Amino acid sequence: MISVRGLTKRYGANTVLDGIDLDIGEGERVAVIGSSGTGKSTLLRCLNFLEKPDEGDIRIGDISVDARTASAAEQRRVRRHTSFVFQNYALFANKTALENIAEGLITVRGWPKEEAHARARDILSTIGLADRGESYPAALSGGQQQRVGIGRAMAADAELMLIDEPTSALDPEWIDEVLQLLKKIADARQTMLIVTHEMQFARDIADRVIFMDGGRIIEQGPPAHMFKDPSDPRTRAFLRKVL
Amino acid sequence: MRPLDLDYMLGLVPVLLKYVPLTLAMASVAMVLALVLASLMAIIRVMKVPVLDGFTRFFISFFRGTPLLVQLFLFYYGLPQVFSFLTAINGVTAAVMGLTLHFAAYMAESIRAAIVGVDRSQWEASLSVGMTTAQMMRRIILPQAARVAAPTLVNYFVDMIKSTSLAFTLGVTELMGATQKEAAGSFLYFEAFILVALIYWAIVETLTVLQRRLEIRLGKAHAR
Ligand SMILES: Nc1ncnc2c1ncn2[C@@H]1O[C@H](COP(=O)(O)OP(=O)(O)OP(=O)(O)O)[C@@H](O)[C@H]1O
Ligand SMILES: [Mg+2]
Repeated sequence: MISVRGLTKRYGANTVLDGIDLDIGEGERVAVIGSSGTGKSTLLRCLNFLEKPDEGDIRIGDISVDARTASAAEQRRVRRHTSFVFQNYALFANKTALENIAEGLITVRGWPKEEAHARARDILSTIGLADRGESYPAALSGGQQQRVGIGRAMAADAELMLIDEPTSALDPEWIDEVLQLLKKIADARQTMLIVTHEMQFARDIADRVIFMDGGRIIEQGPPAHMFKDPSDPRTRAFLRKVL
Repeated sequence: MRPLDLDYMLGLVPVLLKYVPLTLAMASVAMVLALVLASLMAIIRVMKVPVLDGFTRFFISFFRGTPLLVQLFLFYYGLPQVFSFLTAINGVTAAVMGLTLHFAAYMAESIRAAIVGVDRSQWEASLSVGMTTAQMMRRIILPQAARVAAPTLVNYFVDMIKSTSLAFTLGVTELMGATQKEAAGSFLYFEAFILVALIYWAIVETLTVLQRRLEIRLGKAHAR
């Protein structure tokens, strides 16, 4: 169970997140949609403390932090419970695919190298890259890199997987393989918060769709409701543009 | 013009080669110490650690802004007069100290630039998996920065090897000092110094070959 209260982030006078309240149940798959610059990435980044929120409480399972007073150790604890999939993959350039997946297990969770590598090999088969474990990121296609990025997030075994536009940086030819992998993870009921412009995909996998505008959650509900019969005029306007 | 005394040169080769290990040892020890110090200073500068950042800037400015020879004289002849516990310092130690601090100042700036050059996404990815700053530096950022900084750092090492010759002004009988003594005995200055020049040159050329190997190894991560 994840619970966020009053999450606020400002850049100078610009309030990018305006008191977000959000609860996500175990195994729930939540998609975030909205126009560019409405704070979707900032929401995910604040939940992972890649940006420090100005205000708000974040509760994940049995840990609870107040953003204003969160110590470095508390921030790390939150990060350990929220894995992140980046738009631009952000794989460790000096590590192989296998090492990218095993790195957090070894460095952060203190697993012995052999066990971490064994787990990483399992994940490599899950993401369909069993034969590319020794490849460095530069030698992988965009789609393969993003699959490793997802694999790295899977290894964290986090309460919440944060996924920010996983296919936006990809050439069209690689989009499908990444969406299929994400579908597989969603089907396994990994709790996730995913920002995406792939509306069909959101409709397919999400239990709930959140529409954001101006740093606020304007409307949320099951995809059937959100895509067919949204109540807020802003949601309707947005969907008219993208559907 | 007089003919070169080749026999003398040939005889001098084994005499001078005996001093190569000392030269390499001074340069290597100073290089390792300088690398550690420079990395620390680079991290301090990148992270803008309060107080230490100011101190580091001052240190770098001083050691880049004054001649190495002046620094060596300051360590060997000057400081012991002020701090009596340094009276026992010998020429080799003073030279290694001077080389370390002088080159650390230069190397810190190269390493800092290389660290800053590592893509922002590498920092974010490290933090996102829950690494501490130290873990991120050691496992992800510094290895990538090293790859970028390696050619420059090897150049500094080359410079350092040649700069060990200044230790002879502190009374150290290293390669240059030994050559000076031999030449003063034989009066064959040209033969002696052209020979020692060739020896330095050969050392540096060997290093250049190793440098290429190192770069290939470090470049592995970006090869297909
Ligand atoms: N580091 C920053 N400094 C200043 N302003 C920022 C910073 N990061 C984001 N912003 C601003 O915050 C607002 C929200 O940005 P954010 O990236 O969260 O939007 P988004 O909904 O993810 O948009 P997109 O769909 O384009 O990815 C934007 O107006 C952006 O300009
Ligand atoms: Mg975004």
